[in-house]
Amino acid sequence: MAKDLQTKIAAHDFNFFYGQKQALFDINLSIPERKVTAFIGPSGCGKSTFLRSINRMNDLIEGTRIDGNMIVDGVNVYDKEVDVVTLRRRIGMVFQKSIPFPKSIYENITYGLTLNESRTKAELDEIVESSLRRSALWDEVKDRLNHSALGMSGGQQQRLCIARAIAINPEILLMDEPCSALDPISTAKVEELIEELKDTYTIVLVTHNMQQAGRVSDYTGFFLMGSLIEFDRTRTIFTSPSKKETEDYITGRFG
Amino acid sequence: MNNPFRTTRRNIGELIAEWSIRAVASLSIIVIFLIFVFVFREASTLFLGDSDEATPQSTQVAQTDSTSQTTSSSEPDVYNPEAEEPEVYNPEAEAPSSGEEGAPGEFIYIAANPAYPHIYNPSTGLIPPDIDAASTEEDVVLGDTLSFTENFFSSTWQPVGEVPKFGIVPLLIGTAKTTLIAILIGAPLGILAALFVAFFAKPWIREIVKPGIELLAGFPSVVIGFFCLVSVASWVQDITGVPYRLNAIVGGIGLSLAVIPIVFSIAEDALSAVPKTLREASLALGSTEWQTAYRVMLPAAAPGVFAAVLLGIGRAFGETMIAIMATGNAPLSTFSPFEPARTVAATIGSEMGEVVWGSEHYGVLFLLGVLLFVFSFGLNAITELYVKTRFIKRFQGK
Amino acid sequence: MQFSASTLPLPKRLLGFFAVLIALTAAVAVVGIILGMVGNFLANGGTHVTWEFLTEFPRNSNTEGGIWPALAGTTLLVMLMTLLGVPVGTATAIYLTEFAKQDSWFARSVRFAVNTLAGVPSIVFGLFGVGFFIQFMGGNIDAAFGTSSFGDGSLLWSSATLAVLTLPVVIVSVEEALRAVPRDLREASLALGATRMQTIIKVVLPNSVTGILTGSILAVGRGAGEVAAILFVGVTYSSEVLPSAVTEKFMHLGYHLFVLSTQSPDVEKTLPLQFATTLVLLGLTFLLNLTAILIRSRLRKR
Repeated sequence: MAKDLQTKIAAHDFNFFYGQKQALFDINLSIPERKVTAFIGPSGCGKSTFLRSINRMNDLIEGTRIDGNMIVDGVNVYDKEVDVVTLRRRIGMVFQKSIPFPKSIYENITYGLTLNESRTKAELDEIVESSLRRSALWDEVKDRLNHSALGMSGGQQQRLCIARAIAINPEILLMDEPCSALDPISTAKVEELIEELKDTYTIVLVTHNMQQAGRVSDYTGFFLMGSLIEFDRTRTIFTSPSKKETEDYITGRFG
Repeated sequence: MNNPFRTTRRNIGELIAEWSIRAVASLSIIVIFLIFVFVFREASTLFLGDSDEATPQSTQVAQTDSTSQTTSSSEPDVYNPEAEEPEVYNPEAEAPSSGEEGAPGEFIYIAANPAYPHIYNPSTGLIPPDIDAASTEEDVVLGDTLSFTENFFSSTWQPVGEVPKFGIVPLLIGTAKTTLIAILIGAPLGILAALFVAFFAKPWIREIVKPGIELLAGFPSVVIGFFCLVSVASWVQDITGVPYRLNAIVGGIGLSLAVIPIVFSIAEDALSAVPKTLREASLALGSTEWQTAYRVMLPAAAPGVFAAVLLGIGRAFGETMIAIMATGNAPLSTFSPFEPARTVAATIGSEMGEVVWGSEHYGVLFLLGVLLFVFSFGLNAITELYVKTRFIKRFQGK
Repeated sequence: MQFSASTLPLPKRLLGFFAVLIALTAAVAVVGIILGMVGNFLANGGTHVTWEFLTEFPRNSNTEGGIWPALAGTTLLVMLMTLLGVPVGTATAIYLTEFAKQDSWFARSVRFAVNTLAGVPSIVFGLFGVGFFIQFMGGNIDAAFGTSSFGDGSLLWSSATLAVLTLPVVIVSVEEALRAVPRDLREASLALGATRMQTIIKVVLPNSVTGILTGSILAVGRGAGEVAAILFVGVTYSSEVLPSAVTEKFMHLGYHLFVLSTQSPDVEKTLPLQFATTLVLLGLTFLLNLTAILIRSRLRKR
């Protein structure tokens, strides 16, 4: 990895267990700041588990256990001193399915903002507009901000979820297969959006669409059966992978 | 080290809210304990001797409504049978001083009201003579020398009289009798109806029948009791020609109406929980729908169906209003279904209202409550621990 | 090889026919009993349920007049019961779905306790009401504050007893509603930096309002028809005024029916009153339960 890049997220000998079953084996990697990093691999390979370990969403699943370190900004997020709520406010997340709250578009955006601090209506309006603009949704929904978010199309809903995540101004954006439920046109819009957002945010993207990883990411990691097989610049991974498994997967020989 | 994720302030409100919810959740457990402790505490006066008789509450009556006129309901709750107008409600049968008036009056404690024909009435000569004789000759003589335990397990329930007799045997027989009848009627009907709804009914029929039977679960038991009192009792008498209008059969039918919806809904849940694949596998082997239903699905759901019957039993023996209104309420030690019966729950329900708080009779009624509680607790423990684990094992192999 | 005719021998086919028939008969019988019962009540009491019957006080030792105090007493009773029981039930359900580790001994104990509570005979709750609420709580309150109104049966203690009795009903319904809220929605909220309590209050509860409503309605339906539990905890045979404080006694529809049909001086004379009271009580619980069942079946389909 190039030395001029600042490391934002790093895993050291990270292991993850669902009860007795080990899902991740000794993961070591450094994710650079303000770049798009993609994780690819066949389903069940552990890429989503790894992503959810970064903002400790796996804490919510009963019987899970970790071993090793997950460092964000130099701090082990599994340290006792770390407050998981503060952590999650600094790390936004977008899920596979778009999950708008059954509230208005406006309330969806302001949800995270109004949780812990009070803001004036003007401030909120401003943040709503800027987040929607950044997620390229403003022109489509500016006239119906008070309508239910459930009335939007699937692609719009997913971009709303991105807008909702960036409204609280995180530094890292985790995306768990954000386009898997979208049509090609919506997918293109979301990919465009990722391209724009990467100047501001460190984006970690899980996808099982290799073309997508190739199109939008700067770095790519390949997971297989809970192990990180290879992690390098995307171009290197796709043109001259150093591991045979990676090459087999890239060329479509399995998975 | 500079930790950007360190909490700036521990959210005290959050913690308080979380622990309040935990505390409230533990209430259910606490209530179970409290029920046992406090029902048992009131019964414990029986074992602690006479020291409690001096407590101020011992003169208080739980409530005087069924024995007093409207005007006297605001009076202090002092139990005074002599002061009551005789036409209101059968005072001579229950007044402690009426022992010398003869065996029938003191033998049957409740509801010997000549104006009221539905309830078993001793003064009209309906008592089987053998029991009558036994109660006068033997027990009155022995009454004084009986210890409480001997008294408790004797066969005469006659709580008000010169020598109160608290023999629970007739109550247990009455309870067993009516519960058995209720289950014999209710369980097959409930299970078969569940089988029908789960496997044979067309979807639109299921949509009607299932909520319909669930509605029966919502019928107040006093309504079912009333139905038995005024209608079922007459029908049963017309058909069988039994001498007593209210008897164990009528009570059992009434209780079965309370049992059916419980058996039905739990059995239906159990039958629906059997994996669809099992049914498809059976059908694929060439068996018919009914063979699959009776030979594969019903046995597969057997633990759940068994649980349904157990909970049905629990409902039947604990049911009070139906038992009070439909069984005839005579504490007889007979196994004949055509004679009146008195259940444990009905005894508490009908006598608690007139008893002197803190008296021995009061304690005995609470002891009966402990009995009911322990029995229902045991039934539930069996269903929870045994049946459910069996069910899980069967389908999940755990 | 042909498939058109059944290859089963005739006796087996007959057996199958009877197997289905007997199940059908059972279902028809149960539904028939229900319809017969309701029909019987309607035929005998239908014409007696009038506006006057609902709004007048009973007269002449309950042998004439209406059921207004019983209707009002029942309503007050279930309202107070809801106030006491629904928050507790909802909090318990929240604990079971949102906080409890499913296999922790505490969660299992709570679940076991709720199931046990559902199976305890209602008459035992009545004894509990006397032993705990009246004798212990009321007695101690009276002793501590020098009052004399708490140590006796009252609207308050009856409501409290019924709140305990209907607790499992509320818990089960609310829990079902909370479980129906998609897990994703919770995760989305938590990922935005909401705490667990914030997620519960802002996302989970607003999405399960109907479930809490269903639970409350079912509890009210159960409480309105329950007589055994309140027999000695404050219900009264006859009252000329409506209760003006929670420490007063009250009349109750179910108890009124019980008294009319078994302890009235002239049972035959009041038979129409009894049927009419039955209809009102049944209509009330029927409506409540039907509403709850309809809401719930809509909820399940969603």
